Amino acid sequence: MTLSARAGIVSILILVLFLGAWHLATSGSSSVQQMDPEYAKLMGITATQGKSAMPGPLQVGATLWKHLTNPFYDNGPNDKGLGIQLAYSIGRVAIGYLLAVLVAIPLGFLIGMSQLMSRALDPFIQVLKPISPLAWMPLALYTIKDSNYSAIFVIFICSVWPMLINTAFGVATVRKEWLNVARTLEVGPLKRAFTVILPAAAPTILTGMRISIGIAWLVIVAAEMLVGGTGIGYFVWNEWNNLSITNVINAILVIGIVGMVLDQLLARAAKLVTYPE
Amino acid sequence: MTEKLISIEAIAKRYPAPGGGETAVFENLWLGIERGEFVCMIGHSGCGKTTVLNILAGLDAPSEGVVIVDNVAIEGPALDRAVIFQSHALLPWRTVLGNVAYAVGAKHKDWSKAKIKEHAEKFIELVGLKGAEYKKPSELSGGMKQRVGIARALSLEPKMLLMDEPFSALDALTRGTLQDEVRRICLSTGQTVFMITHDVDEAIYLADKIVLMTNGPEAQIAEIVENPLPKERDRNQIHKHADYYAIRNHLIDFLVSRSRTFKDEIRGKPWDPKNVPLVRPVAAPPSAPEPLRKRA
Repeated sequence: MTLSARAGIVSILILVLFLGAWHLATSGSSSVQQMDPEYAKLMGITATQGKSAMPGPLQVGATLWKHLTNPFYDNGPNDKGLGIQLAYSIGRVAIGYLLAVLVAIPLGFLIGMSQLMSRALDPFIQVLKPISPLAWMPLALYTIKDSNYSAIFVIFICSVWPMLINTAFGVATVRKEWLNVARTLEVGPLKRAFTVILPAAAPTILTGMRISIGIAWLVIVAAEMLVGGTGIGYFVWNEWNNLSITNVINAILVIGIVGMVLDQLLARAAKLVTYPE
Repeated sequence: MTEKLISIEAIAKRYPAPGGGETAVFENLWLGIERGEFVCMIGHSGCGKTTVLNILAGLDAPSEGVVIVDNVAIEGPALDRAVIFQSHALLPWRTVLGNVAYAVGAKHKDWSKAKIKEHAEKFIELVGLKGAEYKKPSELSGGMKQRVGIARALSLEPKMLLMDEPFSALDALTRGTLQDEVRRICLSTGQTVFMITHDVDEAIYLADKIVLMTNGPEAQIAEIVENPLPKERDRNQIHKHADYYAIRNHLIDFLVSRSRTFKDEIRGKPWDPKNVPLVRPVAAPPSAPEPLRKRA
């Protein structure tokens, strides 16, 4: 049996064990207190029937199926399908991320190619980079005056740094001999940037882009919890307010899967531009 | 005076020394290379041979002096001087054909894609890589990579070919084959070549003239050795030539001791760096062989 087949079997075993433990832990009942029926109505089934408020895997699976079969319904602001919410989040991430690509890659080229700009911009990057993207939120809300654009701005600001730093590093460390080849062939600066520096630095740039998309997807959930309205982050918070732990767990699962898909997309792209030496 | 294709005139290269002042790698260096000549430069590491080559290529600028190519002082790298790098310096994301075509396209900007491809393929075939056009450099052996580097340089049909220890990273067998091919190609096209090496046998086999450089810092050209061997050489036979050991011993003597003590050798004597001695080591006329033992 191949290694990947054996690994697959172990993965399935772990999943079954986890689901089993989850099922056992949530199916038990605790002691029930005697109380006034009016009061019991307010307390809910946790207190009156001793049932755990934590949903079991079967319950979560059932709701997940409901979500998957009907992902795009829209029953007003507080009840939209999981698909619609995800589409909002992915849209915000895509716009903020693409803006960051447009800024970070040219700027990274400049920093990587010019010692002067590298040193001049270094202090700004060093100070701005460690700022939590959410710390920008109030400033963004105040200046942009639109919660949706503010969320996009937060995505932009958090994805710009890894791309910028990786691009600058990749460009600055292009092998001297490749640049010398271009110089002896009298290749102009613009053509040199596209035919030598860009392909040489592409794997490093893609690594930065992969880190960025991961961070952007982490941040969008938190940003949407703050700005509210739409998006998977808002969905999580809304369902918490509804005390629907089942939906919260569903959302967590979906967030994880989308994050994995985004990461794999960038990993594929990185593979395309990687060259063996 | 014969026409010089390349004339190195009074070049110097200095670097700031630690603790102020400057260290000169070399000062006031003069050297002329004639059209169609194969010139090798020999010297120990640190004597500035690579710096001389980089200045010729235009990749490095001299602190003083000029290099004149075809009556024009050079300013930076140009397509008329092709470089074969020690580390082959192929672009790893391009195929063999892509690497050569990149150079051809850089020189002939007005050529069609088909014409560039045809020209590149001609030179790939010349270095014996037909069939490997669509391989990436990572799929090639060290010798094949260097062949691509040679094809790339030759495809530019340069006035001057500059080689920086092109075979030093190869195993002995591959090195021999590539030396043969470079010699064949350069002889048949009358290519002017400047090559750096520290392999004495390589220099004897390939060069018309061998430039001897003393140890740095403040290295200088000690002398220019004219190769006494005939232009038609066979790698397996040259060691039987009468003058072979004369030139070989001369070069080895230089590398072993004279490169170090050369400054003492010329101390107090008139020395003109513009006209360094041209020597031609030949075998001493054979004396009558003496019988091993006299008959009683």
